[in-house]
Amino acid sequence: MIYAYLFSMFFRIGLFSFGGGLAMLPLIFQSVQDFGIMSAHEFSNLVALSQVTPGPIAVNAATYVGFNYAGVPGAMTATLGVCLPSFVLILIVMKFMEKFKESKGLEGAFLGIRPVTVGLIGAAAIFVAETSLVNGTLFSTKVFTNPLSYINPIPCAIFVVTLILAGKFKVSPIKITILMAIVGAVVCG
Amino acid sequence: MAESKKKAIKEHASLFWEFFKIGLFTIGGGMAMLPLIQKVAVEDKKWMDAEDMIDCLAVSQAMPGVIAINSATYIGRRRRGLTGSLAATLGVILPSFLIIIAVVSLLGTVGQNRYVEGAFTGVKAAVCGLVIVSACKLGKQVLRDPFAWTLAILAFLAIAVFRITALWAIIVGAVAGILYLTIREHRRAEK
Repeated sequence: MIYAYLFSMFFRIGLFSFGGGLAMLPLIFQSVQDFGIMSAHEFSNLVALSQVTPGPIAVNAATYVGFNYAGVPGAMTATLGVCLPSFVLILIVMKFMEKFKESKGLEGAFLGIRPVTVGLIGAAAIFVAETSLVNGTLFSTKVFTNPLSYINPIPCAIFVVTLILAGKFKVSPIKITILMAIVGAVVCG
Repeated sequence: MAESKKKAIKEHASLFWEFFKIGLFTIGGGMAMLPLIQKVAVEDKKWMDAEDMIDCLAVSQAMPGVIAINSATYIGRRRRGLTGSLAATLGVILPSFLIIIAVVSLLGTVGQNRYVEGAFTGVKAAVCGLVIVSACKLGKQVLRDPFAWTLAILAFLAIAVFRITALWAIIVGAVAGILYLTIREHRRAEK
């Protein structure tokens, strides 16, 4: 019974949240509130933990809730629930894409979708920047009026070094991630 | 027969292992995964070209659910069909699953630890740079004419400045692309 509960709850979260990651957290909060299985304090623990541990945030959150509520089988049930909609929907969409590969409509759609996706990736970088490189939104006049409290110097330096290492010297993202975690722990810690 | 079976096992194992590493080294979720996936799938293993990578991301963003699972399923299927999807998805989930259970069992919770927070600050700044480098690499492959550049810039502004949901930008892009292709074909037919 508990397992059916967990499964259906996380299946719904997986099915109805767009944008992934952080965008899913409000929906998760609402669901655990509705089911009355977690306090606000516990939820803030979940958010902190999901973000600092590696991997997809939604999977972290599902494992956390499931494990706290019903041990390892609970963690498995919740994780399966949150992943299943993604898995099945993508397989269906790919089947559809392959079936209509020759169609002009699909070709045209992707002609427009591809550049939009590049813009979207750029925008994603801006959102990350707003939580690390600067305080507040990136397109802000504060950069002129109050630059010292607006710009975070150490993250900005890490950012520039990353651009050089990844862009020019082709260092692998994994190596850069490990290096900058150490630099961050030593310099900012 | 034996040879192809061996190859199949090897390719499934490789999907699992590469996605396991991606799951293990992505902190912050969502787009933070892109630079790692791109490096493995496009550059190192040559599982797909840049255009297919973009399609994978577009589909992953436009569909509901966990972006990492969406892209693992997509790339796994491209490479080895349904079982490939399973291998890649399992790989990307497993590190999260094990680490969360270990942390909750051993520590109960993550307290305020300044070294952990410092490491997190460093990683976030690095992710920002890595995502920009990925965007440039993919952009170089996809943005080949003024139409594509215009759409990319408009999408960037709409999402980054005006905070429009990514899904809407993708839908508008699809419609614009269909119109563009129709007009182009029409003009060609007239000539």
